[in-house]
Amino acid sequence: MRKILFSLMAAAAALSSPAVFAADKTLTVYTYESFTSEWGPGTKVAEAFEKTCACKVEYVSVADGVELLTRLKLEGASSKADVVLGLDTNLITEAKATGYFAPHGLDVSAVKVPGGFSDDVFVPYDYAHFAVIYDTETVKNPPKSLKELVEGDPNEKIVIEDPRTSTPGLGLLLWVKSVYGDQSAAAWAKLKDRVLTVTPGWSEAYGLFTKGEAPMVFSYTTSPAYHMVAENTERYQAAAFSEGHYIQIEVAGMTKSSHDPELAKSFLAFVTGPEFQSIIPTTNWMMPVAAGKEPLPDAFGKLVSPEKTFLMSPDEVAANRKAWVDEWLSSMSLN
Amino acid sequence: MAVVDEPELSRPVVLTERKITIAAGVFSLGGIALFVGLAAFALLLADVAGVSEGRIFDAYVWRVTRFTLLQAVLSTFLSILFAIPLALALARRPRFPGRVWIVRLLALPLGLPALVAALGLIGIWGRQGVMNTLLSTLGLAQPVSIYGLSGILIAHVFFNLPLATRFLLAGLERIPGEYWLIGTNLGMGRLSLFRLIEWPAIRGLIPGIAGLIFMLCATSFTLVLTLGGGPAASTIEVAIYQALRFDFDPPRVIALSLLQIALTGLLLAVARLLTPPAAEAMTTGRPVVRFDGRDGPAKLLDGFVILLGAGFVLLPLASVLVSGLQSNLLRLATDPMVHRALATSLAIALCSAFLCVLVTIALVSARQTALRPRRPPIAARGLASAIANGSSLVLLVPPVVLGAGWFLLLQPFGDVARFAPFIVVVINMMMALPFAYGILDPAIATHRARTLRLSESLGLGFLDRLRLIDGPSLRRPALMAFSFACALSLGDLGAVALFGSQDMVTLPYLLYSRMGSYRTADAAGLALMLGLVCVLLTIIGTPGERKVEEDADAR
Repeated sequence: MRKILFSLMAAAAALSSPAVFAADKTLTVYTYESFTSEWGPGTKVAEAFEKTCACKVEYVSVADGVELLTRLKLEGASSKADVVLGLDTNLITEAKATGYFAPHGLDVSAVKVPGGFSDDVFVPYDYAHFAVIYDTETVKNPPKSLKELVEGDPNEKIVIEDPRTSTPGLGLLLWVKSVYGDQSAAAWAKLKDRVLTVTPGWSEAYGLFTKGEAPMVFSYTTSPAYHMVAENTERYQAAAFSEGHYIQIEVAGMTKSSHDPELAKSFLAFVTGPEFQSIIPTTNWMMPVAAGKEPLPDAFGKLVSPEKTFLMSPDEVAANRKAWVDEWLSSMSLN
Repeated sequence: MAVVDEPELSRPVVLTERKITIAAGVFSLGGIALFVGLAAFALLLADVAGVSEGRIFDAYVWRVTRFTLLQAVLSTFLSILFAIPLALALARRPRFPGRVWIVRLLALPLGLPALVAALGLIGIWGRQGVMNTLLSTLGLAQPVSIYGLSGILIAHVFFNLPLATRFLLAGLERIPGEYWLIGTNLGMGRLSLFRLIEWPAIRGLIPGIAGLIFMLCATSFTLVLTLGGGPAASTIEVAIYQALRFDFDPPRVIALSLLQIALTGLLLAVARLLTPPAAEAMTTGRPVVRFDGRDGPAKLLDGFVILLGAGFVLLPLASVLVSGLQSNLLRLATDPMVHRALATSLAIALCSAFLCVLVTIALVSARQTALRPRRPPIAARGLASAIANGSSLVLLVPPVVLGAGWFLLLQPFGDVARFAPFIVVVINMMMALPFAYGILDPAIATHRARTLRLSESLGLGFLDRLRLIDGPSLRRPALMAFSFACALSLGDLGAVALFGSQDMVTLPYLLYSRMGSYRTADAAGLALMLGLVCVLLTIIGTPGERKVEEDADAR
């Protein structure tokens, strides 16, 4: 059995390398799965870019942003990625520490992200604020601040994600830290009574929420846009918090090992351009960072747009993440 | 006219066959060890930037270890405790209405991805579930919450009670028909029958089943987090996943995996020492007819036990069915993406299940052949115990470790994505191995005890024996192992997300993908489809009653 397996592998390996790069130029983009899924922006983005470059866009997609970084670390400098699209700001420090990314050298002054993020290596391509989404049929008085969420009726439950395993989970952790600072542990101990359960990822949490198991879930301000555009319902809404909202910004960067840096650079310019920015909202369900070709769908105008944005620097997050997660663990494990 | 070899001719043939059998077992075991070892080694040697430093076995690790052991021991104990009466009742009532379907559906939970099962369980036991709705109409103000240890236990019993029941039932059905006849002639009561006939048949199975369930519960991840209510409920597997994801710390990943394997291995070894082996018995192949439990109260009690057990397993499945029916099934059924995912899933499941049954038969035969001499040499005993332990502990190797390790190993050979199907097939085969082993080892042991001497003295060649002796009586357990392995493989999300191969979309992968892009209804529909495919497989694995009777007549 093993022999057969190995000879098949050897045969497959022999067939692989040559001939692929024969005709056109190829741009290899590493991204996450939902970007290239049938509903995601991947196909449209590739088609639009291919018109401008006489090249072919090839995606390699892994589960999510964190796994994207893992894959790069495993591959090292031999990675065939030209562009990596789908990390978020919290991963930037670690991504830079690998030494595999090259500065983009682009003028990104047209890019507008709340909180004013800019970086010489990574280009933001979309963002969304984190938010508590509630079911208007069961929640009559949604919390108006993080404080109200923490101190509210413990029988009105919320499902949150685990910061050890998921990006939104880490987002909530940082949000609480931004608002409560040294008092975070106490805030978590109080919020704990309101937490129905902590799921490993966003999908489980949102699944429980839409099943009606909990009236609130931790998600994004853009979540109601999906329900309005695709399902024609205003039942699920985001709660606006008076302290402000923490933001998630998704970024793209080009690798040092790229075999065609000019092409990679033009792709990075493309992702902040009007065409890409028009595709993003209703495929990735995130906010655009620059003006699109067409105006945003109406539903996006109805979304909560926070007056104040929280964003910690990537370095601060990288330096403190472990300690903060430990603090979260001990507050949430108290009885 | 049958030609019987001369005894002096058949002796060397038998010896060569033994050598081949043992060699096949050694080869399979070595292959598995190599597959795991290479992956772990590659990951450990990986020259990776930004590895965090710090002690590996800190207070956090001890806390999750304690909780892992606590919930796994309780889950295992409860699953087996409830499975025994259910298996006894099912064995006593071969003509219970719908029995074959109950037995078939018992194989279904294994085939469901954890997320689907969690949502199904919540439909019944959750705050808005059937149970709480019942309670609130009875006047209860606040819903009873299952989140916490109770939720984890319910989920684990839901997954493992059916498993234990199927394995125990198979053991009970191997009891020779003569036993029941003699039991009745001797006027044995309920307790005596249990003590003298049923218990000896199942006690030898319990350590194996308990070990399997313990491992499944110890490595449980999504269910523990989702139903555990908070991070106080975390398993070592969560720490492993965490260490590989956000922290990306391969040495820690390997150390935690070893901790998980060592702890469980120790527990399993103790469990095995404490239990006597099963007693094998001869039979003339008399049809099994039960004379016990024919009075009204006994029938009523058995019926109650079966309905309770079946209800516990079937209600969450019904909840999956109901939410699936609310989705747009027609659109899903005509979606080419779904067709591709279904084909991919089936291809992977069938390949890995086939491999799994072959490898298991090789391992089991080698172990039993090695132990056959009255005083097996030390090397033979070593091989036998390596096979028994290796084939079960393999379940404890986190698939993420295998995925990441083989990614590193295959990277020099070009595009890793093209290797993904092979790796998935082998990983799924390995994960199903302990199940197939649990089914086939006792079945083959019983079969060999009953037939081996006779077929050897008849000098039957390998092919003739397969056709005339082994085939007919091992077909059922082999099919059962095959369908279990298929179901397991179908529900598996695959450890190769890292490989980034877009062409290899499986049904669970598509389900998660739809779920992750707000398409919850689609995900529910896909869960239903996955369930239906599993049901089809269990029909293969559990032939109907009519067939059983034909088999009995044929003998």
